[in-house]
Amino acid sequence: MSAVIRVEHVGKRYRLGTINRRMLYEDLQRRWAKLWGKDDPFAEVNASKAARTDEHKEIWALKDVNMEIKEGDVVGIIGRNGSGKSTLLKILSRITAPTEGRALIKGRVASLLEVGTGFHAELTGRDNVYMNATILGMTKQEIDRKFDEIVDFSGVEKFIDTPVKRYSSGMMVRLAFAVAAHLEPEILIIDEVLAVGDSAFQQKCLGRMNAVAREGRTILFVSHQAAAVENLCQRGIVLENGTLKFSGTQTEAISYYVSTFTQQTGDLRRRADRRGNGQIKVVAVELRDTSGQPIAVAHAGQDIDVYLFFENHSPGVARPSLTVTLYVKSELDVPVFTHNNVITGQTFPSVLPAEGAFVCRLRNLPLPESTFRLGYDIGSASVGGVTLDSLESAIQLHVEGGDFFGSGQLPPIHAGVSLVAGEWDFQSSARSQLVAAAHAG
Amino acid sequence: MSSEPIEPKEDLSGWTVLAPRGGLLDFRLGELWRYRDLILRFFRRDIVASYTQTILGPFWFVIPQIFTTIMFTVVFGKIGKIGTDGMPSMLFYMLGITAWNYFASCLSRCATTFSGNSGIFGKVYFPRLVMPCSTILANMMTFAIQFGLFLVFFGFYWLHGAAVHPNWRVVILPILLLQMGALGLGIGCIVSALTTRYRDLALGITFGTQLWMYASCVVYPLSQIPKEWRLLFILNPMVPIIESFRFAFLGGGIVEIWHLAVSAVLSAILLFVGLIMFSRAEKTFMDTV
Repeated sequence: MSAVIRVEHVGKRYRLGTINRRMLYEDLQRRWAKLWGKDDPFAEVNASKAARTDEHKEIWALKDVNMEIKEGDVVGIIGRNGSGKSTLLKILSRITAPTEGRALIKGRVASLLEVGTGFHAELTGRDNVYMNATILGMTKQEIDRKFDEIVDFSGVEKFIDTPVKRYSSGMMVRLAFAVAAHLEPEILIIDEVLAVGDSAFQQKCLGRMNAVAREGRTILFVSHQAAAVENLCQRGIVLENGTLKFSGTQTEAISYYVSTFTQQTGDLRRRADRRGNGQIKVVAVELRDTSGQPIAVAHAGQDIDVYLFFENHSPGVARPSLTVTLYVKSELDVPVFTHNNVITGQTFPSVLPAEGAFVCRLRNLPLPESTFRLGYDIGSASVGGVTLDSLESAIQLHVEGGDFFGSGQLPPIHAGVSLVAGEWDFQSSARSQLVAAAHAG
Repeated sequence: MSSEPIEPKEDLSGWTVLAPRGGLLDFRLGELWRYRDLILRFFRRDIVASYTQTILGPFWFVIPQIFTTIMFTVVFGKIGKIGTDGMPSMLFYMLGITAWNYFASCLSRCATTFSGNSGIFGKVYFPRLVMPCSTILANMMTFAIQFGLFLVFFGFYWLHGAAVHPNWRVVILPILLLQMGALGLGIGCIVSALTTRYRDLALGITFGTQLWMYASCVVYPLSQIPKEWRLLFILNPMVPIIESFRFAFLGGGIVEIWHLAVSAVLSAILLFVGLIMFSRAEKTFMDTV
């Protein structure tokens, strides 16, 4: 198959902050000075040109991205928030141009960054279908041909000649999505817009997407939900901090993506993805067994203690309502459980020492065999909900084996992300007898 | 045109190239033509949407025109006693206002293309010129209605033997209509391209348009201007246009061929500059709004 999208050394720079406050007068003076070979009147003293462009007023949302997508590929683009996936999407859908490099696209592109673009409340459903479909690049003949199918798919036949302002929000979304689902471009670029409507309708949409994919169209799907990519795509691309880190099959890409969360184990000091004001910083997260020995792997049903070793950079500051939260997410980003000292009704000393550890004692670990991600959040509610330190995935939590149920058996991760203690029993009586017995009891 | 001499020229036929900037004169008008359905859709949406759920509905097309005409006739004609070269003052003002309104609304609506449509531009690509083009179509329709009303008044005056002298020169009016649209589009494009960086221009445009009207022979004929100042007025592309409208219907005013030529050349230059600035701004304006 031949390539239909080629991305060559694409970079995108954003200027932060001051651009809208720049005044025309200042700009003109600058141009004037340049024209006459004078120094920029607004340049900072002693600042060379190179130093000025290095100012932190600029960020590169994408840097030197190269990739090629072949006809008929269904490609998932995954990455954390801020990894540059939305920027790449915007460039490929021609909403903004790259700062350097270029992208080449062959064929008709439709990009779905939202559903219902161009919908107008005063227009009827019919008019809006035409409006929206035209915006998305369909010609009038195509819409005429597909109109009945679209209306049928949306399920709002009765109201098609009513202004959409009289629609419920659900009906509006259905109609909008019906249009999107009937686009027939050669290349379809989809943001995470699938998360609309009720679940039955979502299923219908996913089915439709699959059908479109089977027709041999090229699809680019951008998501940070690994699960959605796993289901829909054949290939995966991982972006991190604006650069392309991995390209391969979707399964490989997802496992690469998952591994990036926890490459930096041990010392957390250098982690750049933390949030918070830094008054307190967790420098290491360690798992220990009840005897205090550090462990690399936990077992299902084990009692483990999670140590959050911290450094206090604000000695003497009193925080009467310090909240420490620990949470666990699955590989596919599904939250499994959360623990914090407010839920358990406990408090920490309001003035913390220079160093120490918060210890969360987890009992009878209810996790099946898999690799989980462990995150924490330290906040202070007293100063208007300030985050002191937070990391979404501080370390990996590997769970292997274990005797949670006392039988040595464990269900697999895809059957459920957590285990619940319990047992089975058997009754030979009919339901009516049991109900009577319960009432008598 | 911009290929590096070292690299052999690639065959990019069939590919859409998304690069930091295209050729200076690459306005992609072919693409605009392919999106003509969309221009008509937006045009229709504008018309339907602006007058549903209003009490007076389509009357809003002519209400401002009628009241401004009455206002101007009273203030400038009766109180200010500005002469109209013997043309019936009601028709004199009405024609000026009708032509000016069309131009002014083309200008002001085109000028807000980027700021007013950032929501939709941020979600989907289509040639950004679709928006100003559909705006001009909508304004042409408004003009047609207002002009129709003018013709009614005109016919009434004519039948009652007023001093009006319609002549063959009405045939150039459609050209002037297009020229006003082009001028509005050109200046609107310049302003909208600049407002992506300098927001305050948007505030100035309403005020500026109003000032421009008073410099454009809408409320006085060119003949009232002292001879030594006339050249300056001819450099205002709207002056010869409005004078021509009056000359064609009412038979008064000063119109010379070279006035119209100057006006046409200026309009063409402004349109050209506007398109260049617009096509540069459209590539990255989403980063700054």
